[in-house]
Amino acid sequence: MTDVRRTVEAVWRIESPRLVAGLARTLRDVGLAEEVAQEAFVAALEQWPENGVPDNPGAWLATVARRRAVDLVRRERTRDEKYARLAADRVAPGPTPDAVVEDPVGDDLLALVLVACHPVLAREARVALTLRLVGGLTTDEIARAFLVPSATVGQRVSRAKRTLAEANVGFAVPQADELPARVPAALEVVYLVFTEGYSATSGDTWVRRGLAEDAMRLGRVLAGLLPGEPEVHGLVALMELQASRFAARSGPDGEPVLLQDQDRSRWDRLLVAHGLAALDRALVLGTRAGRALGPYSLQAAIAACHARATTWADTDWEAVVALYDALAAVAPSPVVELNRAVAVGFADGPAAALDVLDGVADDPRLARHHLYGAVRGDVLIRLGRHADAADALERAAALAPTRHERRLLVERAAAASAASEAEGATG
Amino acid sequence: MRVMVMITGSGADEDKIAPTQEMLAQMGAYNEELVKAGIMLDGQGLQPTAKGARVVFSGGDTSVVDGPFTESKEIVAGYWIWQVSSLEEAVEWARRCPSDPSAGLEEVLEIRPIFEAEDFGAEYTPEQREKDERLAEQIRAQHGS
Repeated sequence: MTDVRRTVEAVWRIESPRLVAGLARTLRDVGLAEEVAQEAFVAALEQWPENGVPDNPGAWLATVARRRAVDLVRRERTRDEKYARLAADRVAPGPTPDAVVEDPVGDDLLALVLVACHPVLAREARVALTLRLVGGLTTDEIARAFLVPSATVGQRVSRAKRTLAEANVGFAVPQADELPARVPAALEVVYLVFTEGYSATSGDTWVRRGLAEDAMRLGRVLAGLLPGEPEVHGLVALMELQASRFAARSGPDGEPVLLQDQDRSRWDRLLVAHGLAALDRALVLGTRAGRALGPYSLQAAIAACHARATTWADTDWEAVVALYDALAAVAPSPVVELNRAVAVGFADGPAAALDVLDGVADDPRLARHHLYGAVRGDVLIRLGRHADAADALERAAALAPTRHERRLLVERAAAASAASEAEGATG
Repeated sequence: MRVMVMITGSGADEDKIAPTQEMLAQMGAYNEELVKAGIMLDGQGLQPTAKGARVVFSGGDTSVVDGPFTESKEIVAGYWIWQVSSLEEAVEWARRCPSDPSAGLEEVLEIRPIFEAEDFGAEYTPEQREKDERLAEQIRAQHGS
């Protein structure tokens, strides 16, 4: 192990969430806690190459951080009260530096997650702060993953800390009755990170996959902190089932491969098994609590229908339609309708699917979405209306976001057009 | 990235390893930490080699050897599959694994990154990939999943 910097980063990833959470509890200030922890990180970078990696690197970081916290607070007289609390902690029987690390920190960590995902923060600030504080990623790592300069991430983090300070967001473990209002924001951030890694078409594959893995890891951490919350398990299931298709979802030249064309033998069976188990937990917890399935659990259940089907044709389309019906009820959106139309097309035939599509034909949110025309074109072809299909596919091609997708749609439009002319010639 | 972490020890020591209650509790706490950190994908303990067997291919001959394998230097006693950000992170997690110095035995945690499809170079021909995929398809069909 020659590269000590990589070791420091590894230790940081493991230790920093608990460290920052413990410091934030003592200082009652997440921003200050982050600064102090950061100084300990820098100290490790300076000293470990010289003196070697300590036997208990977590305790080393905690000791240094606590010392810095005392210095910092002492310098700032306005923080008298915090100093008093720190000083009180230092004399028995307050927590020792070790205790900051060894404490059952679940509550602190949860409080940290909820502060990082606080509603006063802009979305991208929540994402940066969550990855930094809860995921243990460095500013550079976040910048690489989001294809922005390090300075931009640094600014986002400091602005977020300022916003938290100005809004007087303290650091307190939320009461049980506050959780239902706060948890969805945390789940949203985790899923945003995941989709950034999973769906992006640009950027280095390994970095992207790493980001999706970070999101799954955050999701599992949250599931450990909120074991009784069905939607947390639903979210973990959704991410794992989607990620199981990583290797199958793009072709040799990086072009996207649609679910129906994917080579299912390349799906990751360990993640499938994990995802199905997480979904089971979500279902059991939801049933026990007498709650309807939330949007993440429903989407995970749909993904599970695909994961369980040996081939596209074997898909249990009735179940998929029922799940999309439920999803449209709890989280209505035109994109959900579009997917529901596809499922209805396989369960009940193209005429029923066209009815669903007609229902959202005038939705302005779909007007610029190429998938609407793509799905409509397919349905019309199955109904034998080739000329109409060609129209829909040409409109879709004009809206396609990538060259590859545009080319595929143009080809399908041309095929539909040719079929229409052939009909004209014979009929 | 994904790694397999194997706990290995000497075959001669195998029958001396009777985990104490305290050791089991420590290992349980360690596993719980791995789960809470979100890195644990899988983990199993293996029964002693006395209950296992080896199939040995040598110079065109195939023979079967029943356990125990007391002469073996490295016997795998259990494994985990972790999802970590780097090999260094796996090393740091492995360093935290509880061990019992009073037993006086040498135990080794071996960390090996798992191949992902993208890691295969030119040796992994399209023909071989196709064969592997057909095999995986068959396995999947047998399990009905």
